[in-house]
Amino acid sequence: MPPASSSPSRLGLGDRLFLAAVIGLPLLALLIFVWLPALASIALSFTTWDGIDLSGIHWTGVENYTQIFTNYPPFWPAVGHNVLWLLFTALLPTPFGVFLAYHLDQKIQFTRFYQTAIFLPMVLSLAVVGFVWEIIYDPDTGLLNSLLGAVGTDQHIDWLGNPDLNLWAVLIASAWRHTGYIMILYLAGLKSFDPALKEAAALDGANGRQTFFRIVLPTLKPVNVIIIVVTVMESLRAFDIVYVLGGGTGSKPGMELLSLLITDNIIGESGHIGYGSALAVILLLVSLAAIGAFLVQTFRKEDA
Amino acid sequence: MTTTTPRPAPSARAKRPAAEAARPVRPRRDTGRHLLLATVSVAWLVPLLWAVYTSLRPYEDTAKHGYFSWPRGLSLANFTDAWSQSGMPHFLFNSLLITVPAVLGTLLFSAAVAFFVTRFDFRLNLALLMLFTAGNLLPAQVLITPLYRLYLLLPLPWWMSDSLLLYNSAWGIIVIHIAYQCGFCTFVLSNYMKTIPKEITEAALVDGAPVWRQFFQIVLPLCRPAFAALATLESIWIYNDFFWPLTLIETGDKRPITSALANLQGAYFTNPNLIAAGALMTAIPTLLVYFTLQRQFISGLTLGSGKG
Repeated sequence: MPPASSSPSRLGLGDRLFLAAVIGLPLLALLIFVWLPALASIALSFTTWDGIDLSGIHWTGVENYTQIFTNYPPFWPAVGHNVLWLLFTALLPTPFGVFLAYHLDQKIQFTRFYQTAIFLPMVLSLAVVGFVWEIIYDPDTGLLNSLLGAVGTDQHIDWLGNPDLNLWAVLIASAWRHTGYIMILYLAGLKSFDPALKEAAALDGANGRQTFFRIVLPTLKPVNVIIIVVTVMESLRAFDIVYVLGGGTGSKPGMELLSLLITDNIIGESGHIGYGSALAVILLLVSLAAIGAFLVQTFRKEDA
Repeated sequence: MTTTTPRPAPSARAKRPAAEAARPVRPRRDTGRHLLLATVSVAWLVPLLWAVYTSLRPYEDTAKHGYFSWPRGLSLANFTDAWSQSGMPHFLFNSLLITVPAVLGTLLFSAAVAFFVTRFDFRLNLALLMLFTAGNLLPAQVLITPLYRLYLLLPLPWWMSDSLLLYNSAWGIIVIHIAYQCGFCTFVLSNYMKTIPKEITEAALVDGAPVWRQFFQIVLPLCRPAFAALATLESIWIYNDFFWPLTLIETGDKRPITSALANLQGAYFTNPNLIAAGALMTAIPTLLVYFTLQRQFISGLTLGSGKG
């Protein structure tokens, strides 16, 4: 049995004041700047508003939602792209990051170098990542077309302009970052794994792969949950890299994403706040599934 | 589980048991593994090296011979030009002004919350932890409209912001970073603090040490590895953040380097060589942080795994 925690009743007045401040200030900041806006967004999604005068808010019920589902051309493509983003990220860079972490955890030489090289894209800002890939994808002078020998001929490929290709081009750049992120998170999990369990498996004659799949992977369930949530949230929230590679002007044909549609509607002259908020709420509802699954998985054991 | 043997501070976990060292040394056939990791590493570095190569070449050279060609002369001229022409020092300073307080504030606030929920048994602890963690998972776009209106309503004194509002001020960006990032750090730190034996703070409590001393003198120093890891990640995230300044800072002049970079592209950086140089320079602060804190980075990220 773990020892009983400090019970609050033993505390003096000074201690109580200190504890109140310790929890009160962060909680206040969280409620005012995160949860209050989130709830207000939900309320705004049932209104129409040009975003200028508070008296211009009119209640319209679910009108925004019916409009979005039935009469907003970029919506379904954006949903499709978000789903594609999620599938791609979940099937390629995420497992690849785990795979690399597994190999980096084998006490080999040069680990620090490998780790740094693969994590480096994550250290760079998305603005930098955007520029780095722009000079690769540039149709006339880019590295990719030069390697393909297409520069100077009339068959050069406009990687970021062609609506059938640009999402994939951005996904490659995004995977380049995401792999290192997952690798580091998983490596942290592997490092905290109890080596005695692995030794026991080795004594029983299990090879490296068997040990990983039968013992390490199931034991690291909390980390697995984090990896899954990071993958889902990054795919749903994807914004910066598309924004930068799309030329910084909002959504572009072939690269529509929910986050960009929201930004299109609430920033700029158009001012469709209610509309944008309804899109935000749709994104929120989808995210909630991931948030909920994460919270249940992570905190269930503490409840018991 | 016995409670009589307080495990030493979590840093001990990095040291593997003696059994490992005693294992007979035999040649490991890691060639395949090295081949794999080296190939991936090089492939991952290619885009960056291409940017570095581009940035080192004079524009006249690439204009004449194309980018995919052997160099006829490399120089740092693009770096000095980008640095002096675009006002980069100014925007870098803006970035530091936002990033440093935001990272410190996030770590302090989340350490406080993690201390509260792991050291004391209040009935609402679990709910609090969930509220913080979930807050970090909300998409930023969901918050932005009401947050923007809120920032227009909240006044600041003139010596803090010349807009007299939270809107269009570095403070506003710092505040939202702290509130938003707290969730992730609280989550990691509470996992970390759970590995600190309760006996350590219990003993201090019995000795009559006030709670604030337990927090500042016992728990915080023990969390140093976790702080190093979180400081690395948070510096990277906050310095690189794009969205909050884009929406909450109106004046281009006040924006941090990452969101200013897009504007600089058209106005000052007229060719890809110069852009590459400018972009690479903006990455230097985060690279410095990463290389400085790298050693503690992995070991400090306790994500509630293993012996948690």
